[in-house]
Amino acid sequence: MVNNTIIQVKNLVKNYDKLEAVKGISFDVHKGEIFGLLGPNGAGKTTTLEIMETLREKTSGEVIIDGFSIDKDQNEIKKIIGVQLQAAGYYPNLNLVELIELFSGLYNVETNPMEMLKLVDLEEKAKAKFKELSGGQKQRFSICTTLINDPKIVFLDEPTTGLDPQARRNLWELIKIIKAKGTTIMLTTHYMDEAEILCDRVGIIDNGNIVTIDTPDNLIDDLIKTGFERPKLLKLASLEDVFLNLTGKEIRDE
Amino acid sequence: MLSNLKTYSQLKAMLAITKASLHSIVRNPSAVVFNLVFPLIFIIVFGFISGGGFRIDVAVDKNSDKENAIYKSLESNKSIKLNSNIPEEEIHSELEKGRLDAVINIQKNENGNLVVNLKSTKASPERGNIFKMMINEIVNKQNLAFSKSDIPVTEIKEEVVEGRKYKTIDFILPGQLGFSLLSAGVFGTAFIFISLRQTLVIKRFFATPINKSFILIGESLSRLIFSMFSAVIIILIGNLFFGFTLVNGIVTFINMMILSVIALTVFLGFGFVVSGIAKNENAVPPIANLITLPQFLLAGTFFPISNFPEWLQPVSRALPLTYLNEAMRKISFEGANIFDVWYEILILLIWGVIIYSIAVKVFKWE
Repeated sequence: MVNNTIIQVKNLVKNYDKLEAVKGISFDVHKGEIFGLLGPNGAGKTTTLEIMETLREKTSGEVIIDGFSIDKDQNEIKKIIGVQLQAAGYYPNLNLVELIELFSGLYNVETNPMEMLKLVDLEEKAKAKFKELSGGQKQRFSICTTLINDPKIVFLDEPTTGLDPQARRNLWELIKIIKAKGTTIMLTTHYMDEAEILCDRVGIIDNGNIVTIDTPDNLIDDLIKTGFERPKLLKLASLEDVFLNLTGKEIRDE
Repeated sequence: MLSNLKTYSQLKAMLAITKASLHSIVRNPSAVVFNLVFPLIFIIVFGFISGGGFRIDVAVDKNSDKENAIYKSLESNKSIKLNSNIPEEEIHSELEKGRLDAVINIQKNENGNLVVNLKSTKASPERGNIFKMMINEIVNKQNLAFSKSDIPVTEIKEEVVEGRKYKTIDFILPGQLGFSLLSAGVFGTAFIFISLRQTLVIKRFFATPINKSFILIGESLSRLIFSMFSAVIIILIGNLFFGFTLVNGIVTFINMMILSVIALTVFLGFGFVVSGIAKNENAVPPIANLITLPQFLLAGTFFPISNFPEWLQPVSRALPLTYLNEAMRKISFEGANIFDVWYEILILLIWGVIIYSIAVKVFKWE
């Protein structure tokens, strides 16, 4: 199991003044998996993620990413991770190609901007500014910038929040493609359907504590074993299925 | 992953920011307007005033002696309009309104010497000063001619004319250049850092291996490059189209550029302070104007600070832009080099130390 572990978090604590945002959580992320951190707003998802991304100081605990300690080797960690921030903007007045060139410089890597854009299906938007993109395109571009340094681990903070059903599905496909190349992905979400479809394992966090960690299947089975039943048996289709059936699965970016 | 094996170059990352920032600046209308268009408008306006249309309106007192060399000399000067027909009771109010720039009354005293009584107005201090200089020139010339000096008269004339050819543009352009540098330093930096902070662009930069200090240097460098580019254009347009004086040509130009770099570096500190104090972009203009506007008005950008009332002059004497303007004029017009204006630069650097020590305290990354 140890050989398979790429991220180790041990007894991580983060206090803001008097508020305890993260109260001593521990978990591992395995190489090549999609690990989901689930939880309601304010549960401590983003704080945890940002500490792992070297963007926030921890109060105590230990975080090891691909053998590098967050205390000593921040710069080594930065080189091997890709980071998508929740609701982040990009440098003003630049087009997508120029933004990719900027990040290539920041990571000291050579890239072919058009190929990077092709990866996220945005080559037609090469000369567009970030703020001119639709919600789904923005998120796809954000993910594109996380891949510039060919990272081992990609962190995605609520990548599908605010997107329509078509754009969400489109993004899920993109995340699966990144995973298929062997990249480890850690994401946060509060959409359970998303976690169920995408994540190999999930950790549920509430009030700064991890409540449980397992595969979505095991968690569901465990709940059923306790004798849990949905109050109303689910119909064979959902309203979302109706919506997609009527409006199609094509993404509506334009 | 090969790239991870190479050593990471902060310089390369910094230059990527500089390049991105330059792209962004030239596409940002307000940066171009503040750095280039505003100063050029002022220069063009004043350039035309001092060119064809420049005229000093002078009233001649009705008791004045007109049969003397000084009067004749003034009369022959095309940029001076002498008027003997203005009623005495109107002269004062015309002076007050600045429609008249000066009044002269030339009298012969009991020894037969000429005495020029000159009255100028605060409503038109600049032209009053120029007129005063012209009179001085003529008087000096006359005095020398009468003193039977050994110096040939023609040579004296040449010397005097050369030394006094001080045009409006020679005063206005250095002031505009100084103000362009100040507003570039304050507005440009303050807006961009607040915007980068609020849109989490800086945070995203932090997730890459670049050091914080290189982000700052990279951004400052792009502003420096853009401001120097603006300065070159301002000086060239002034020189080519409005006869702005560059006493020693290219050497003077290079000295002006060096001084500009020093000044902008100091002024960037103001921008860092403003970006630290302002809570959001809307809070930038009031704070930034508080820094730039008083200097725009009081630092000798448009008129010499000697024209201000005496109680106000110490305020002018405290402002960094005053010293930049004075140093810039000494370099461009008097032919001083960067070492000759060490005193002005020293004061600028003292401001720099003060401002940057505040900036270090108030600057916010997040």
